[in-house]
Amino acid sequence: MSDFTSGFWPIYISVLTLVSILGTWVFLKSQTTRKFAPGEKAELMEHTWDGDLQDLNNPLPRWWLGLFYGTMIFGLGYLALWPGLGNFAGLLGWTSKGEYQAEVKAAEAKFQPMYAGFMQQDVATVAADPNARAIGKHLFLTYCSQCHGSDAMGAKGFPNLTDNDWLYGGEPDTIVATITNGRAGVMPAWEPILGAQGVKQVANYVLSLSGRKHDAALAEAGKAKFAENCAACHMPDGTGMKALGAPNLTDKVWLYGGNEATIIETISKGRNGVMPALTQTLGTTSNKEAKLHLLAAYVYGLSQKQ
Amino acid sequence: MISHENIEKNLGLLIVLTILIVSVGGLVQIVPLFFQTSTTTPVEGLKPYTALQLMGRDIYIREGCVGCHSQMIRPFRAETERYGHYSVAGEYVYDRPFLWGSKRTGPDLARVGGRYSDAWQVAHLMNPRDVVPESIMPAYPWLDRPLKDTGIQAKMRTLDIVGHGYSEQEIAAAPAALQGKTELDAVIAYLQVLGTHAPKN
Repeated sequence: MSDFTSGFWPIYISVLTLVSILGTWVFLKSQTTRKFAPGEKAELMEHTWDGDLQDLNNPLPRWWLGLFYGTMIFGLGYLALWPGLGNFAGLLGWTSKGEYQAEVKAAEAKFQPMYAGFMQQDVATVAADPNARAIGKHLFLTYCSQCHGSDAMGAKGFPNLTDNDWLYGGEPDTIVATITNGRAGVMPAWEPILGAQGVKQVANYVLSLSGRKHDAALAEAGKAKFAENCAACHMPDGTGMKALGAPNLTDKVWLYGGNEATIIETISKGRNGVMPALTQTLGTTSNKEAKLHLLAAYVYGLSQKQ
Repeated sequence: MISHENIEKNLGLLIVLTILIVSVGGLVQIVPLFFQTSTTTPVEGLKPYTALQLMGRDIYIREGCVGCHSQMIRPFRAETERYGHYSVAGEYVYDRPFLWGSKRTGPDLARVGGRYSDAWQVAHLMNPRDVVPESIMPAYPWLDRPLKDTGIQAKMRTLDIVGHGYSEQEIAAAPAALQGKTELDAVIAYLQVLGTHAPKN
């Protein structure tokens, strides 16, 4: 609260607040008529409307006055205990930041002992622990399920995490690196280079790599183009390269689809498979390392069962 | 002098006193905010929205996204664990109007920038259930249409009046930056910048 551009503002706030409260008090006091003496009747005002409508000058009801003064006392008490008057921090010293930090601290004290145990174990050991899996599942549903699905089976363009087929590698350290820093798979568009017919030929060669139905003549023509243009990332035998996240083309796992039309689309227009980095998303509290560890273990464990 | 009778019979005085009383709240709670560094200084790295992001923001407003999505992470552990650092005032310096929202039918979006890939955003806006089967968010398939020219230069000049600081060069380049873009591109450009300048820890 001490970041006002000039010292005038805290004073302005305090003065205006207090003057409005006290001013209302004084004003109300000045307008409050006295209590009736026993037997005294309310004064009849001079005006009469509509022939017989008259106005009595009764005092304000005591219960109403009491409530009004009560709110003012409450207001003054609030201003004394909590921040409100300019730079005055309040007798309780409360801040929203302080309350947040206390909440985080309490949670740390509660969860750290359990996390500390998991942190001493390696990812593979944690992955086998049912308690860790229960925590990991919640973390997965919060941070990962939007793309990889709540069953972790992925969707078109978003990898299945349960099939033990890995674009970048499924070792614990690699999974941790992927979650922390994200991944950006870049496959360029090949149509400008290969031409429509060239793309069709390469697509048929790619189909032949995994033994799918293909046109043998086209595939034969595509073989040389594949070696020339695609093998640098997908390797000469089409088994892919994990350092670049270039998929293995010889298996039956297809990220975007394995029919001829989809493969042609992939080759023509290229693909950009982006996995965002989760460092900031995992939160800013001191549990984030433990969360990363448990999440990596859960993801690792997903494909270990099979 | 100021008796009940005088005030009630003198309309001018009644109006002046009413305005005085009613304005105290605003004078105390709103006016000083314009003279605080934490509310007027952008957080480190924060830039005014680019032409495309600005258009995306307008579409975000047009489609009523703010009705279901807030853009304000409160300082509670339950929120920072899910979304990241709580929001600070300096993040909203270039938000006119602000889109804090008041209801979360969907998740908060203050830190959504970079959380999902562009491809995910496209799939999700076209039909949320393609990527999140449990989602109740409506689909927005009509966003996949060309961005209409809606006076982006005039808008940037107006925002310059309140201190966004677009240069003449940026304003001149704005229509070209929107050329060939779809409404989808604009919304995603806007979403992907949200919260990318959040305080780190």
